[in-house]
Amino acid sequence: MSAFSVLKLRHPPLPSPLPPSSKPSSFPSSSSSLRFPLRTVSANVLTSSSTSLAASHPVISRDEGLDLYEDMVLGRSFEDMCAQMYYRGKMFGFVHLYNGQEAVSTGFIRLLEKKDSVVSTYRDHVHALSKGVPAREVMAELFGKTGGCCRGQGGSMHMFSAEHGVLGGFAFIGEGIPVATGRRLSPPGVLYRREVLKEQTHDDVTIAFFGDGTSNNGQFFECLNMAALWKLPIIFVVENNLWAIGMSHLRATSDPEIFKKGPPFGIPGVHVDGMDVLKVRQVAKEAIERARNGEGPTLVECETYRFRGHSLADPDELRKPDEKAHYAARDPITALKKYLFEQDLATESELKAIDKKIDDAIEDAVEFAESSPHPPRSQLLENVFADPKGFGIGPDGKYRCEDPGFTQGTAQV
Amino acid sequence: MLGVARRRLGCGGFSSSMLGQTLERIRLSNSILPRSFASAAKEITVRDALNSALDEEMSADSKVILMGEEVGEYQGAYKISKGLLDKYGPERVIDTPITEAGFTGIGVGAAYYGLRPVIEFMTFNFSLQAIDHIINSAAKSNYMSAGQISVPIVFRGPNGAAAGVGAQHSQCFASWYATCPGLKVLCPYSAEDARGLLKAAIRDPDPVVFLENELMYGESFPVSDEVLDSSFCLPIGKAKIEREGKDVTITAFSKMVGYALKAAEILSKEGISAEVINLRSIRPLDRATINSSVRKTNRLVTVEEGFPQHGVGAEICTSVVEESFEYLDAPVERIAGADVPMPYAANLERMAVPQVEDIVRAAKRTCYRSVPMAATA
Repeated sequence: MSAFSVLKLRHPPLPSPLPPSSKPSSFPSSSSSLRFPLRTVSANVLTSSSTSLAASHPVISRDEGLDLYEDMVLGRSFEDMCAQMYYRGKMFGFVHLYNGQEAVSTGFIRLLEKKDSVVSTYRDHVHALSKGVPAREVMAELFGKTGGCCRGQGGSMHMFSAEHGVLGGFAFIGEGIPVATGRRLSPPGVLYRREVLKEQTHDDVTIAFFGDGTSNNGQFFECLNMAALWKLPIIFVVENNLWAIGMSHLRATSDPEIFKKGPPFGIPGVHVDGMDVLKVRQVAKEAIERARNGEGPTLVECETYRFRGHSLADPDELRKPDEKAHYAARDPITALKKYLFEQDLATESELKAIDKKIDDAIEDAVEFAESSPHPPRSQLLENVFADPKGFGIGPDGKYRCEDPGFTQGTAQV
Repeated sequence: MLGVARRRLGCGGFSSSMLGQTLERIRLSNSILPRSFASAAKEITVRDALNSALDEEMSADSKVILMGEEVGEYQGAYKISKGLLDKYGPERVIDTPITEAGFTGIGVGAAYYGLRPVIEFMTFNFSLQAIDHIINSAAKSNYMSAGQISVPIVFRGPNGAAAGVGAQHSQCFASWYATCPGLKVLCPYSAEDARGLLKAAIRDPDPVVFLENELMYGESFPVSDEVLDSSFCLPIGKAKIEREGKDVTITAFSKMVGYALKAAEILSKEGISAEVINLRSIRPLDRATINSSVRKTNRLVTVEEGFPQHGVGAEICTSVVEESFEYLDAPVERIAGADVPMPYAANLERMAVPQVEDIVRAAKRTCYRSVPMAATA
């Protein structure tokens, strides 16, 4: 390894660079200001043993705290159950589990509203759950049953829910980033409506989650460029869990500090301790505000870790036990639990009650998935086109295949 | 050879299958359909046809946006989007950086949201940098999401060989995209095709790959008033019989339709009446029209500009062999470009692309009018 030292990841906290959330000054906003500093909100990753969420944290309310706890426990229990079900043969194919990274999903997604969207990678079960897709539907989808959110047609890597704003689930790394970036590309006049008419109806934001390996992909840089160029309301969240299957981030990347890749494009880059849900939440709040106010994208690098292998088929032999132990000691759920006790926001029994509630919910999800029917044979050929037979739309604006005169005399499509 | 022994008796020999009955109906209906819009008052170029189609669709629906390299201030690399930036503004006609993967994915994301993007590739060769998004995030999304997310996007641009542009700018991608379920692939030939199919593609709720041809942009075609009407649009998945005939069926798409028509002229002077089918839609392929035509003529020649292996012609030949084998009087013939990357030298380029003489020779072979050529390596 080179002389690069991980100590460089530590930066003294800088004064807040993000402008106060006020009305933007002019439209189109000037993007020529390049004073986007870097910012780090983190524990010192590999040097400090301090894992407690310090009292300098912004105070969260009791309800918020319980919501965060419940969401993280849901994610953890769900993924553990997935592993069990996989080894029993109920799930198959590629399954990528999120254990250890819950703070990132919970920290960001619990701040979103229903109208906002999330685009993810193949490690998407917990993003879907945090966004509000019922655990039953996600489990049934994993089992390949019709009760799943995609009727069993997507699977583990392709979770879609139009209702909850979950836009995939993409297997190719980097594929979701342009899709997320484009989601809020100018419906004509929207910026005009927001800036001049002060309408707030089009301020939904999109979050793109992806990993450290993706930060070396061409599409990532293409989208940083275009998102900054057109000031799109997107937040790029890098879940840097230091490993891309067996490729260490440090072996694959010339400059491993991913958050520094934002400022060359004019995007603020923030590094945050992804094992600490409160820190993640604090950064997320600011990034989401920025996007809603039309100030453009933000790049957030969350330093996190996956407790399990890349997928359930990965023997996970290359990661060292002491690295795993270090991060296991910084388990985000344990840390939040400790914080809630220390700040008197919850009692042991309340948290146990939440644990039990989640266990029951997961059991229910498994039962639902088990009892849900397998897709019928007729489902195989459905949904290829939104236009049922593929003939297009006629001059009268209706699907041509619905006109009996049109389909008469044609072969079956 | 085989076909002679199986010559069917009279024209009442249609099978009683569903396909047979529907083909019977097509034969009858084609004969009473109005002829192509020949009594036209006006001629327009394919370029103007595409420009007017884009213009009309963008004015009819404010969700239609155009994205690509040089589509705005440069008025389009081939001037297809001339005047659109001035008319619709930079929010709807977007000049992108040179980032095919990025802006194609961005277009797909916008389509997820409900916009109707038209993504222009300067040539479809560049779409290879974006093919992941065309296939994986556009074509497959409706299926993967079980119908929750439809992607009303159009990918358009010139396809196939131009003149002297070399190997990396000359490939035809019709068969590549036509393999993938979830995509519709359209190839216009004339100005009428260009207008009607582009309008249909923009209105369509599914991803459409719209393959134009650079050498056709400047060609003029007569169009009727119906074609010029702003609500004109052609159906997807239906081929057009450009010229009726009874001895051999020649299928073609894009520029090759023009060559096939010239070949048909030459053949008619030699007493062979060729039926020329303009495919228009590569996916879904209009198997019914093709098969019904072959059942009438008993001979098939497919013409395409692209590479021969696994090409469009291969699919058409198989479809005919599967469905109309008893009607064939001669082996199916497949004409395609040479199985080499496109050379630069003008004479080599001419040899690498099908010419009218090749089509004439193949048609004569199916009619047993010439000695069969040995199969090339």
